[in-house]
Amino acid sequence: MRKRLLALLAILLSFAMLAAACGDDDDAGGDAGDDMATEDDSGDDMDDEPAEDDDESTADMSDVAEEAEGSDAGDSGAVDTGPVAGGTLLIQSTQVPRHLNGTVQSGYATAVPGTQLNASPLLFDENFQPQPYLAESWEIADDGLSVTLNLVQGAVFHDGEPITSEDVKFSLETSQANHPFKTMFAAVSSVDTPDDHTVVINLSEPHPAILLAMSPGLLPIIPEHVYNDGQEIKEHPCNAGTDCFVGSGPFTLAEYEAGSIIRLKAFEDFFIADRPYLDEIIIEIVPDPASIVIGLENGDTDLSATLGGAANVVRLQENDDVIVTADGHAAVGPIQWLEFNLADPALSNVVVRQAIADAIDREFMSDVLDLGTTFPATTGIHPGSPFHNPNTEQYGAGIEAAQARLADAGIDPSTISLAIDYIPVSGSQLAYAEYIVQQLQDVGFDAEVNTLPDFPSWAGRVAAGEHQMTVNNVWNWGDPVIGVHRTYLSTNNVGVIWTNNTGYNNPDVDALLAQAGAEFDFDTRVDLYAQAQEIINQDVPMVYLNTPPFWQAFQPRVQNPPIGIWGQLGPMHEVWLAE
Amino acid sequence: MNHITARVAWSLGLILAVIVMCFSLIHLAPGDVAIVIAGDSGAGDPEVIAEIREDLGLDDPFLVQLGGYVGDVAQGDLGTSYRFNEPVTELIVTRLWPTFLLVGTAVSFAIVLGVLVGVFTARRPESPVSHGVTVFSLTGYSMPVFWTGLLLVIMFASNVQWFPVSGMRDVRLEGNWLEEWIDVAHHLVLPAITLGVIYLAQYSRLSRASMLEVLQSDYVRTARAKGLAERRVVYKHALRNAVIPVVTVAGLQFGQMLSGALLVETVFNWPGLGRLAADSVFQRDAPVLLGILILSSTLVVIINILTDIVYRLIDPRIRVGGPSQ
Repeated sequence: MRKRLLALLAILLSFAMLAAACGDDDDAGGDAGDDMATEDDSGDDMDDEPAEDDDESTADMSDVAEEAEGSDAGDSGAVDTGPVAGGTLLIQSTQVPRHLNGTVQSGYATAVPGTQLNASPLLFDENFQPQPYLAESWEIADDGLSVTLNLVQGAVFHDGEPITSEDVKFSLETSQANHPFKTMFAAVSSVDTPDDHTVVINLSEPHPAILLAMSPGLLPIIPEHVYNDGQEIKEHPCNAGTDCFVGSGPFTLAEYEAGSIIRLKAFEDFFIADRPYLDEIIIEIVPDPASIVIGLENGDTDLSATLGGAANVVRLQENDDVIVTADGHAAVGPIQWLEFNLADPALSNVVVRQAIADAIDREFMSDVLDLGTTFPATTGIHPGSPFHNPNTEQYGAGIEAAQARLADAGIDPSTISLAIDYIPVSGSQLAYAEYIVQQLQDVGFDAEVNTLPDFPSWAGRVAAGEHQMTVNNVWNWGDPVIGVHRTYLSTNNVGVIWTNNTGYNNPDVDALLAQAGAEFDFDTRVDLYAQAQEIINQDVPMVYLNTPPFWQAFQPRVQNPPIGIWGQLGPMHEVWLAE
Repeated sequence: MNHITARVAWSLGLILAVIVMCFSLIHLAPGDVAIVIAGDSGAGDPEVIAEIREDLGLDDPFLVQLGGYVGDVAQGDLGTSYRFNEPVTELIVTRLWPTFLLVGTAVSFAIVLGVLVGVFTARRPESPVSHGVTVFSLTGYSMPVFWTGLLLVIMFASNVQWFPVSGMRDVRLEGNWLEEWIDVAHHLVLPAITLGVIYLAQYSRLSRASMLEVLQSDYVRTARAKGLAERRVVYKHALRNAVIPVVTVAGLQFGQMLSGALLVETVFNWPGLGRLAADSVFQRDAPVLLGILILSSTLVVIINILTDIVYRLIDPRIRVGGPSQ
């Protein structure tokens, strides 16, 4: 009898613990289990990284965002009172910066704190149009071979030293020499400083990308009097040292604990009067997105854009106390695609690639696999970019269409073996790979998923061209010259990840991209990129799957949240707290 | 003393072997950290990757890299973190205290409560409490530590919000030292329980079994026959012998506790060595990983030496050559 009672007690205890664990109505916890241990796809620090001038494409994005279940794109929690100064904004992020000097280090992790600490010549509005920041005005020469910046008067660094044209020159030259995005300032031949507040950037050829390259996350203005001391700037102690870091932005560096916390205090002498509104921004690094989600639900965390996978986003959308939005970060422009190694004998045939594209239902992937938290992509330029072409040839006609296409070409899919790689720590990409394999098997291919242990293994394999197909996540980074050209230029097949890893080679596309990269006339650029996207879509070096937005979640008290084209990769001097 | 000296010498050789083996394994893995760093930057430029490799010395032959590293370690230089761009020594020192605090609290909690529970149940071996402890021990021991942690977070940080979700402190708190200590203690509760519950289960069972055996000893019978109070018999005479196996196991498990701390620190975002190690594995931050491995190997060796010393303090017979005299 006693033994039976003890057995019953043990069973009841087990059920009690399970019941406590499954106490929420929301059963997204099951899916979140995968995402708890993985990094956020869109904010992944493996990610490479990212206009509403095109109303149609912008409307598509905002319409889809509003349709997303529980999305608050149309309800920002805005209050009627005017901005209130004061308060501390707590941002939690999974991303870890190496340091805070954005002239030599790019990426999401550096840009979020870096753009609070350092100003740039220009800001950009929701239409991708430049706005004054440190440069109160600017002119582009008629021949497109120079850009003149006129700096605001009276701007000072955090140590009180004036911000002058020499600092802009130093920052630009430092970035040109050290920044990973070599194409940003490749055309800069020299920089002149005729006076303390005038900067003349001379170009070897017209280079329209230079304007977006002067965004806060891409060209922070750093003090020459601190960094030009002969020390190697990549290893400079002031890159993250709180005792010597001097910036030009709305916040100063108060505390920096590598991998844990970055504390920023309002800079009282910021060159924009009465800004920033906030007293303090704290960026707390939390490796587990599930902890961030719980912090948002509890009201402990004010803002985050690293929410983990789709299940976490859906969970937050169903919480009335938290605002969730897909708005913002259009310039970062993340796109996920299935790219082919065109050196593979089977995949070198465009009919095979087109058949594979037909077999993939992107709507299913976004609506079902991603629970409606991603949006189908149609080209390699983000739909939020003014250069996106929404009218390109599309595929996804279905399994039968794929089989018919192959049959018409006399290709027997059963003779073709295919393997799909994916970025290992991404739970959603594994789901994509598994889904695509199933579709390809239905078409008749012999297909399988190839799993690698970690990101460096995957990157090394893809860079070496040892793969057949891989799911990938690449960012536009604003201007196509910075983040798009590298994928398609035939000269950029250089055996390094996030270059032309497909081996794509189309002289017409090369010529169009070269032309667009040197064309200052906006409409002409749009047309050139439109043509390039049409040709690329016909050639199918990759199948565009979706754009994973930077879903942001924040407390209702956060006003003017960072939902511009750079999102959190821009200064938050206009953000304020309602309480 | 000769015994201790020999142990130390042997331990140094062991640590050197750990360095060579781990360095080799890390560098033999496909892919390299230059790709990770370039990936962080969003850049796929061959020039950038080549610069990174050159800056980090990754272009040198393997044996040159290994020899250089061993030489630097011998001089106390553990290198610079690829990921954080800071001296490894500073990173480890910064993270050491949180891990020691977590592991120390968990171990203390597990040993003290485990021994007390073990003693209690040994005195009443057939009581419902004793059987309940058996069930609890099996349950606690069976649950993976990360699962326990997630359950505690859900129950006490999300559902009822008695404790913080993660972290070691409230980053918004700007109080005096007492308020900060209370805040840290508040954050410490769930991770310490998570880490300690497995060992609590083990130590309670171990001390129960050990105490049951000791209570059957002749000298305990003698003490009772002399009319000593039962409490005095148990806690003054029997406990010292009963706790020896617990000390032994705790010493041997120190390495395991550091491994468990890795998972607990990741679940609770505790800024300790475990989390640093986890990040380093995924980011191929070899200098940090190696530095942590060297430290943990050294600590395991030291703890085992200390365990030997504690034996001799607890049991004088070991000091003079063993119980067989």
